[in-house]
Amino acid sequence: MAEFKYTPADFKSDQEVRWCPGCGNHAILNAVQKAFPEIADATNTPHNLFTFISGIGCSSRFIYYMKTFGFHSVHGRANAIATGVKTANPRLSVWVATGDGDSLAIGGNHFIHAIRRNIDLNVILFNNEIYGLTKGQYSPTSKLGKITKTSPYGTVEKPFNPGELVIGAKGTFFARSIDMEVGLTKDCLVAAAKHQGMSVVEVLQNCVIFNDKTHADFAGDKATRLEHTITLRHGEKMLFGANNEKGLVFEDMRLKVVTVGQNGYTLDKILTHDAHTKDTILHSMLAAMKYPDYPVAVGVIRDVADEVVYDKAVEAQVEEVKAQSKIHNVDELLHSGATWEI
Amino acid sequence: MNANKVQELQDVVIRFSGDSGDGMQLTGTLFSDTSALLGNGISTFPDYPAEIRAPQGTVAGVSGFQVHFGAQRQLNPGDFCDVLVAMNPAALKANRKWLKPGATVILDEDSLTEEHLKKAGFATLDPIAELKLEDYNVVIPNITELTKKALAETGLDNKAIVKCKNMFALGICFFLFNRPEDHAKRYLESKFAKKNPVIAQANKLAIDAGYNYAANTHQFANTYTVATGKMEKGTYRSTNGNVATAWGLCAASEKSGRPLFCGSYPITPATVILEELAKRKDLGVKTVQAEDEIAGICTAIGASFAGNFAVTTTSGPGLSLKSEALGLAVMAELPLVVVDVQRGGPSTGLPTKTEQSDLLQALYGRNGESPVVVIAASMPSDCFHYAFEAGRIALEHMTPVVLLSDGFIANGSEPWRIPSMKDYPTINPPLIDKTADGGPFMPYVRDDNFVRSWAIPGKAGLEHRIGGLEKDAVKGSISTDPDNHQKMVNLRAAKVAKVADFIPRQEVYGDPEGDLLVVGWGGTRGHLQTAVDKMRAEGKKVSLCHFNYINPLPHGVADIFKRFKKIIVCELNRGQFASYLRGQFQEFEYEQYNKCEGLPFTVTELMDKFHSLLK
Repeated sequence: MAEFKYTPADFKSDQEVRWCPGCGNHAILNAVQKAFPEIADATNTPHNLFTFISGIGCSSRFIYYMKTFGFHSVHGRANAIATGVKTANPRLSVWVATGDGDSLAIGGNHFIHAIRRNIDLNVILFNNEIYGLTKGQYSPTSKLGKITKTSPYGTVEKPFNPGELVIGAKGTFFARSIDMEVGLTKDCLVAAAKHQGMSVVEVLQNCVIFNDKTHADFAGDKATRLEHTITLRHGEKMLFGANNEKGLVFEDMRLKVVTVGQNGYTLDKILTHDAHTKDTILHSMLAAMKYPDYPVAVGVIRDVADEVVYDKAVEAQVEEVKAQSKIHNVDELLHSGATWEI
Repeated sequence: MNANKVQELQDVVIRFSGDSGDGMQLTGTLFSDTSALLGNGISTFPDYPAEIRAPQGTVAGVSGFQVHFGAQRQLNPGDFCDVLVAMNPAALKANRKWLKPGATVILDEDSLTEEHLKKAGFATLDPIAELKLEDYNVVIPNITELTKKALAETGLDNKAIVKCKNMFALGICFFLFNRPEDHAKRYLESKFAKKNPVIAQANKLAIDAGYNYAANTHQFANTYTVATGKMEKGTYRSTNGNVATAWGLCAASEKSGRPLFCGSYPITPATVILEELAKRKDLGVKTVQAEDEIAGICTAIGASFAGNFAVTTTSGPGLSLKSEALGLAVMAELPLVVVDVQRGGPSTGLPTKTEQSDLLQALYGRNGESPVVVIAASMPSDCFHYAFEAGRIALEHMTPVVLLSDGFIANGSEPWRIPSMKDYPTINPPLIDKTADGGPFMPYVRDDNFVRSWAIPGKAGLEHRIGGLEKDAVKGSISTDPDNHQKMVNLRAAKVAKVADFIPRQEVYGDPEGDLLVVGWGGTRGHLQTAVDKMRAEGKKVSLCHFNYINPLPHGVADIFKRFKKIIVCELNRGQFASYLRGQFQEFEYEQYNKCEGLPFTVTELMDKFHSLLK
């Protein structure tokens, strides 16, 4: 483990942060700037290798506030541009700041294909279930029936659950956090950085202007979060509640919330979280848990080692072909195959 | 031994034609490569339908490959053919209009069934009379049956044997033009010998059978030799425009020291460039077959940001999809080459046919004031040079460059005198390692040519942010200041205009003054030059001004234009370059000759038009 001794200040740019007062993005920025010194040490990544790519939306302004290499691109394309950056130079630590509109609507195709390729990007998906920068239209994660400017009578389309989408596309890493939980977000980001392959960290973010309190029922304050979210940690029992008195068991092919010690549900019957299993079924069920029937799962839900990581595989193939080929430069290429003299 | 007369010819056009699936492209390629190896100049024109296996026996399903070969460099594949090989009635019907008067037609007798004739749309059972071919040299061997007999001992099934009939036809042509069989046989061995030696052997037998049949039956009054010896001396290879483009990009990568990255989505007729670059991992090339056209250009832009020489390759519909991202590259001022191999449009249009109708899209098809450099290749082999130039300009001027090719030069092939990389210049991108004063990197500070520096992620101390929002002219932070926007709009335009100082002055082919100046651009060069040569041979005062650099235009254009009484702009669209020139040089009048048939010009139609203007 390297010791760069960076501080959060080393990752703060000189730009004035222009999000609305009370916006959840401030807390996420805080978490990222706290996480990067730790990530630098944990992954032996010096400051100059951090690169942030974004699309369009409130969340995508993020890159201007980070003192790293940054590229604020066009709507929906952050994951495609980041794919190019990482493939061109796999030594860079490539981060994507994106929103539910950016990555799940206009950029949905790039998002799922980056996951399919398992390219080593770290994607922070800011999910506020609304289009903020365009001032309040429903997004692909808005709840069914949501009333917005473009759905004055309520939406008639069902939302995506980003976790189900990532795991359904055989993503190798998915974590979820809540904007106000800076420590948890930081832990998820560090885990994402350590993961080889595509990592998606969904942060449930509050848009104070256009979709205030959209996550408040289960995430409004600390006490609510204790009761209605469950923080998953690999190798630990799936317990939640103010005193860890509740837990999850698997029964009749579904997850079930129980109280530990009641109705025969002893502690050893409570599920233990295995984030590393390749099997997607339980991870998908955990990611899909919705309030009020279930606690909302946060923490690292899936973190699977896969032997094929796109950017490294591309590089390895280049080296392998280079070593075997008789063609080493353009002159040799031009004279390869059939030639004749006149 | 045959007692036929041998005639010597200066140049010949053969068209191989049959169902898509009959192997006409391979047959034509083997004939053309064989002739190239003998020292002939060659120009080829593959003309095939968009369907992989179009309805059998129909005119729509006919696939053709035309070869023009002769003593000297052939600038175009020829308007009309001396020999037509037609594997079925549909092929005969589709190509009737491309026969020279008195041409030789070789037609497979076994295909002249009522069913096939009907499918091809013949009203009678006598296609020769119906197409008025009585005065032509029509030879009708039973190619299918003779192939079956010749290959009966191979042990192959009927279907596999019939597939070899194209090689029987090739054998006939080899005899007719006194070509050796060895190149074709070597090719067949290398292609099939490992996987299926019986197939390789059968195809070779079919060539022999066709050759011997032609030699023994005295059906052909004459055989021919085609003169050689007027080609420039040197080492040659065959290339088509797409492969030459891919290699030119590799050359720009080598000369700039920037690794080559290609992000593309397959699209006809550009796909071969991506396929070729995917093979070039030996030169360190990285290719991403993206999930769509937009991701193609976006991965390339990302790779460019990361310091690679980045390209994306496409055709018209793909260029439409890339428009927004191309604007981002303009705004971010990153080097990028977009290759557009044009095809007939709009929309899906004519995927396998040629056109020059993306010019205005390349120049202007983006939101905002969004100038890019536009250049165009004009022959299959010079795709190499102009791909290199696209890379040089993009990398040295920190700008996107659109390189226009087209289906005709992309698929057409010709012998190419192999260049040496020592004759190509080093490319010097404005890379920066550290700031002069050790302070923060200012991304939009420019040099005398309005070019900004390229600070690559990974360079310590150069951390900076760029993006699609308008940027402060120095710091690169977001700016909505009115004066700053005006300044940046002007600077981006000035940067592209300045490229004119770094490209060759416009040249005129022929005399520097005269009665008629023919103006063209891109892939029509071969036809235009041949037409101008022929006019000049008639004593007409006609010259050619052919453009490869389109935005900015080279210096010296007005000096050329003003020395001619008339100017005619010829292009395969409705007049896009003409309207561009009208905007740039309003003092001149421009006649136009335009065509949108999905086909190249013919020399004949060009000369007719030129003659009419000289009356």
